[in-house]
Amino acid sequence: MTSTTQPACNCGCPDATSVFAPEELEAWLASTDSTAQEEALTEKLAMLRRENVSKPTIFIGTGTCGLGAGAAKTLAAIRDWCSSSDTDCDIVEVGCIGLCSAEPIMDVQLPDRARVSFMNVTGKKAPDLLASVFDGVIPEEMALGQFDGDSARKPWDGVPTLKEHPFFARQTRFVLAQCGEIDPSSMDEYIAHGGYQTLARTLRDMAPEAICNAVEASGLRGRGGGGFPAGSKWKFALAAKSDQKYLICNADEGDPGAFMDRAIIEGAPHRLVEGMIIAAYAIGASKAYVYIRAEYPLAIARLKTAFAQAHAAGLLGENILGTGYNLDIVLKMGAGAFVCGEETALIHSVEGKRGMPRPRPPFPAVKGAFDKPTVINNVETLANVPPVLAMGAEAFAAIGTENSKGTKVFALSGKVARTGLVEVAMGTTIREIIFDIGGGIPQDRQFKAVQMGGPSGGCIPTEHLDIEVDYDSLKQVGAIMGSGGMVVMDEETCMVDVAKFFMDFIQRESCGKCIPCREGTRRMLEILKRITRGYRHETELATLERFQGIMYMERLAKVIKDTSLCGLGQTAPNPVLSTLRWFRDEYETHIYERRCPAGVCQELRYFTIDHDKCIGCTLCARRCPTDAIIGESKQAHYIIVDKCIGCGSCVSVCPKDAVVLCEFDDEFEVTA
Amino acid sequence: MTTVAETGTAPVLAEIFARHPGAGRDALIPILQDIQDTMGYLSLETIKEVGAHLNLPVSKIYGVATFYNQFRFQALGKYHVQVCRGTACHVKGSQGVLDDIRQILKLEPGVTTADGLFSLEVVACIGACGLAPVIKINDEFHADMTTAKLDRVFKALKKEAKSND
Repeated sequence: MTSTTQPACNCGCPDATSVFAPEELEAWLASTDSTAQEEALTEKLAMLRRENVSKPTIFIGTGTCGLGAGAAKTLAAIRDWCSSSDTDCDIVEVGCIGLCSAEPIMDVQLPDRARVSFMNVTGKKAPDLLASVFDGVIPEEMALGQFDGDSARKPWDGVPTLKEHPFFARQTRFVLAQCGEIDPSSMDEYIAHGGYQTLARTLRDMAPEAICNAVEASGLRGRGGGGFPAGSKWKFALAAKSDQKYLICNADEGDPGAFMDRAIIEGAPHRLVEGMIIAAYAIGASKAYVYIRAEYPLAIARLKTAFAQAHAAGLLGENILGTGYNLDIVLKMGAGAFVCGEETALIHSVEGKRGMPRPRPPFPAVKGAFDKPTVINNVETLANVPPVLAMGAEAFAAIGTENSKGTKVFALSGKVARTGLVEVAMGTTIREIIFDIGGGIPQDRQFKAVQMGGPSGGCIPTEHLDIEVDYDSLKQVGAIMGSGGMVVMDEETCMVDVAKFFMDFIQRESCGKCIPCREGTRRMLEILKRITRGYRHETELATLERFQGIMYMERLAKVIKDTSLCGLGQTAPNPVLSTLRWFRDEYETHIYERRCPAGVCQELRYFTIDHDKCIGCTLCARRCPTDAIIGESKQAHYIIVDKCIGCGSCVSVCPKDAVVLCEFDDEFEVTA
Repeated sequence: MTTVAETGTAPVLAEIFARHPGAGRDALIPILQDIQDTMGYLSLETIKEVGAHLNLPVSKIYGVATFYNQFRFQALGKYHVQVCRGTACHVKGSQGVLDDIRQILKLEPGVTTADGLFSLEVVACIGACGLAPVIKINDEFHADMTTAKLDRVFKALKKEAKSND
């Protein structure tokens, strides 16, 4: 027999019934004396907080990263195991705890025992693992760690706690606190963990102006990239006189390499809803929008469920918690345009127009969506609002550096051992994030740079690894906080190629309204493409053009920066300027020696086959797109250099690693 | 369930318009999204209908639809392959993955194969950077792609399609 705590339906209809009676919920949220209330609800709260479970509970992380790693198969295997072994247990689908590289992650909590997390639990491994755990044996090699135990939940001997795990030990988790731990489709669980109490307290005790003041005093700055103080922005909108104001939550995470907004919504959607209601109340908005990427179907489904539950509980809609305040939240799906991360472009998109920016002022806080005052905040900013008000502005401001307060979530990815979401206090060094939390570079390779802030940001080289995470100090080295993408690169990454990658992205995403951005980024891409182009068939004119481009590149970058209309164009040259600043030698090797030191730029690399290793399996010859490989079956193969385009398909299919990169000398002879 | 092919587009569109009562300009994108969800793509015929419904010139609607990456003007294949070209995927070799897929399927991005089996799309970022390089086939993610894995995945899909015939 298997039962699950999932609501019967995931489509957003308010099917899920709350375990709290309406008057209980009201009393709990409205209570000034939480301990007295807590006693009245002890049993229900303990159940929802899983302080002890009456039957074994299995948690499976089914966020997008979990599903990508095969969590759906694991879930099916768990269900099979439960029914075949006739075990009665609860199966709970949770969000992502943040350690993507260990997915699928499965937790087991047995009655009277602490909850234990297991990593890389594929569908094949799940049955054996479950059998072992239910027999009271924790397989060490698969255990990620255990949650904190207490008298009711006896800790397991010899299993380290999750808090001790190097990935979690140095993190300060405010925004991600509940992600991966609670059931995101259950509002009750969120409430039992203290959710919506801040909202109830704020609506009851604080005037909008007081909230704006508190958020301003806390030093919370926009987490979406701009870094503008959230409280100040709210004040502008509050001061604007209008019959209608709007709050827009920007969940259009277009930045390639950032996925924290998705994980927050998938893991704890009610946190965002709570933050949005407080923010909307603080600026006097009665309508709010969530502008979310259509590419995030799971996040959209979770948010719909959360809205429906909040409506049913009287936390959204008319007369919220009996205070007379009304708020409706509308879900708008973004249609895939990077430029819509820019405030005015996003507003145009909400209005049903092409997402093109307009000059500011007037700022959206004065004249925004439908010409009404509008505040646009990022998901992470809004998710920070409940903790800011719960702990108080002073306590929040005590965390971090002088001008950057609180924590920041980073999406750590690329060439790093442990990838995933990392939330650290401002002031943590980049070195700590990559080497202590992320576990360094795999396969003993050398760290080269970390790219921060996506297409608007820049790279940080080895010599600046000890820089602290802070809006201002990052700017000094040519990077930005941005939305928090952190892509680690090692010696096998070519920095010219990275610059080319971003420029290609930007010129495709440029909306085309202003000329410097539309034309300038395309010209920059052409210059970069010429640098990485093969030289064997190059005409003299092409050579001249190549050098002319290189000479004008920095000047062109400055023009684009100075004259573009919006943030997208003004920051577009950053990836090029930053790589040029720290890795000029790499550009020079490409330009003067016409080779790519990292062996990435296709047209500048050639391969040869090691005849001692080649077994003549013909795989490479069959895969080669230009028929550049010849050879009889079971005989050594050869690459015809003139036909080879350097794509490297042969390298990836060779079972014997016989295809190797070679270089050419001036006479164009192979020097293996 | 009746399909669009059987009933024509009119009842489907009427149903979608009914979902957006009192629709104005700001409902344009949600309506187009709903149409694409149901019919797979935006045809000239449907765009004209939307224009008549919202009282907007077809050129304006086409302008909006072509601005956003999401909208398509051509039917998708039975297996829609999305290749993530985000930064993390790029650093981990997604260009090679894309090249491999192009070669395996003999297909360019934005195009559907003649037999209607596969369509290929390049997306800016799927948001699963921890599993790079990633591809998504219909609703299923495939993580840490390599040439060998690609071969396996597509072989299985082609086999599946054949056995369904």
